[in-house]
Amino acid sequence: MLGLIFVVGAATGIVMEFSFGTNWSEYSRAVGDIFGPILAAEGIIAFFLESVFIGVLIFGRKKVSPGVYWVAALLVFVGGHLSAFWIIVANSWMQTPAGYEINAAGKVILTDFSAAVFNPSTVNWFLHTVLATWITSAVMVCGIAGYYVRKGLHGETARTMLKIGIILFAITPLLQLGAAHSHAIQVINTQPVKAAAMEGLFNTTRGADIYVMGYVDEAKEKTYGIYIPKGLSFLYNFDFNSEIKDLNDVPKENWPPVNLVFQSYHIMVGLGMIFIALGLLGAWLLWTGKLYTAKWYLFWLPFLIPLPHLAHETGWITAEVGRQPWIIYGLMKTVNAASVVVSAGEIVFSLVMFSLIYLLLFVMFVLLFVKIVKQGPAAS
Amino acid sequence: MENIQNFQILWFILIFVLLLGYALLDGFDLGVAALLPFLGVKKEEKDTLIASIGPVWDGNEVWLITGGGALFAAFPHAYATAFSGFYLAMMLVLFALIFRAVSMEFRANDPVRASLWEKALVGGSALAALLFGVALGNVIYGVPLTGKMEYAGSFFTLLRPVPLLFGITGLAAILLQGASWAVMKTEGELQERSFKAVRILMWINAIVAVLYFAVLIVTFPRLSGNVLFYVAVAFTFAGLIGLFFRSAKKMTPPRFGSRLFRLSACFWPQARHSFPI
Repeated sequence: MLGLIFVVGAATGIVMEFSFGTNWSEYSRAVGDIFGPILAAEGIIAFFLESVFIGVLIFGRKKVSPGVYWVAALLVFVGGHLSAFWIIVANSWMQTPAGYEINAAGKVILTDFSAAVFNPSTVNWFLHTVLATWITSAVMVCGIAGYYVRKGLHGETARTMLKIGIILFAITPLLQLGAAHSHAIQVINTQPVKAAAMEGLFNTTRGADIYVMGYVDEAKEKTYGIYIPKGLSFLYNFDFNSEIKDLNDVPKENWPPVNLVFQSYHIMVGLGMIFIALGLLGAWLLWTGKLYTAKWYLFWLPFLIPLPHLAHETGWITAEVGRQPWIIYGLMKTVNAASVVVSAGEIVFSLVMFSLIYLLLFVMFVLLFVKIVKQGPAAS
Repeated sequence: MENIQNFQILWFILIFVLLLGYALLDGFDLGVAALLPFLGVKKEEKDTLIASIGPVWDGNEVWLITGGGALFAAFPHAYATAFSGFYLAMMLVLFALIFRAVSMEFRANDPVRASLWEKALVGGSALAALLFGVALGNVIYGVPLTGKMEYAGSFFTLLRPVPLLFGITGLAAILLQGASWAVMKTEGELQERSFKAVRILMWINAIVAVLYFAVLIVTFPRLSGNVLFYVAVAFTFAGLIGLFFRSAKKMTPPRFGSRLFRLSACFWPQARHSFPI
């Protein structure tokens, strides 16, 4: 199972390192000084660790002692998190650039490595993303174990798996609530335009509302929906009348597609709230000893597995679309970052090919995932 | 040209080492996979061959990832120009790498379509093995650029005879690597077949190497005054001759050290040539 997940992740992840050069060559030229070292650091520090020890983890169960096996698992864990750290450093630098200066040729030069690495959004971003991956795994473990327990398969193994899964599923979304809150405040402070788009805010106000769900009419510059009056201002600094900046602070050409950002952000937040509720419900069932017999709850667990992925995607859409039209916030426009020698036809060709290949991988992944789950823990 | 700093020299060497490490290590994986239909007849034999690279291919591929990252970090213009200029070729490399990666896992878990995934593994590995050499060949041989360092050729510019020869040289070397690896990792009938493959590939490599060095010296006359070039030629053929005797005596092919020399010898003149002084 781990092998399948890892291999699909690794195979599709390598595309990214190529794409900076193939599709964003002008970006690469401008920021190679800063961005390159970060990616190289990810390769040297994280990937080697992760990829070597995952070999031990997947193939070495019977070949190494339990102690070594445990260390290998730990190193894959560390490697995975280091890898997440460096790629988040790269992305957060595009959101809130720091530690650089621009020379006469318009090239971005690194002046302070630690300022660039620990730029204003790195830590928040890292915690938010890593917790999201923890929720994803917790839900996956719960989904698989819930299926086994409901069907009466794999006895004690399945129950232990479910217990650990539910404990993680109860804790991680709560931790995420804190991390997400801190991240949102940081976005309001460092990327006010994105924050305004997330809530469809067109006028700077004291006492800004927060929407539960809604719709943004970009032409009329109005947002409709269910909202909590003054909620955003309150969450920002626990003052119902604090001032939140709006979209009209910047020219309209520097706006992101507001409704898309608004919707994806609200889908992500809504999913987060659902995870908190269901995780706590599971913990309560475990606490009262009803978990293993609560078939109605166990029945739904496998269907939750795709939801954290949806939250990941909508979260990244919020982050990346919300940064538009900038590729580096306030510094370089996306339109100036693309490769100049690559023709539209080539882009279309590669996009279609990647869509087909990824679709094929996705279908295969789901088929094999279900198959491996049905085979059960003994077989794999 | 006059302002080459120590760090640039260091990184030039470092990227050279990373790419060499990649060619050497992933060379085994790509080679074994590409030779799969020739070496393995029965399904169990193919399973054995794939199992021999299963735990290591990903760690080996990281050398390429890190090499790419290092190129991006140290020479962003070279990275940007080559990757955007060779767009379609790079996409082919990516497709090849994706299929070779997933097909091993898919083949193991999806017996119904196993033969299809096997073809994807063989095709992906062979294509990647060929394209790396072609890409390197183009960088060494030179490609048309505009004044703004943008690539000015087309996809077919990349397939000129000289870079193509680089690609074939690389493919031949990688296949030999794969066959030697198979000899080391197998026994019985499968090992016999691998020995046979080593012997055939040795001759192919010898012929290709003669062609390769001849083309190098004709294309880049300044190499003729370079000691390193002759050392590289000597190492290559010494390696091949050594392999010839060992395989004649049915000994397992030489271990890492000498292979490192032989393969790195193919790289030396290239690195020497692309270094700007």
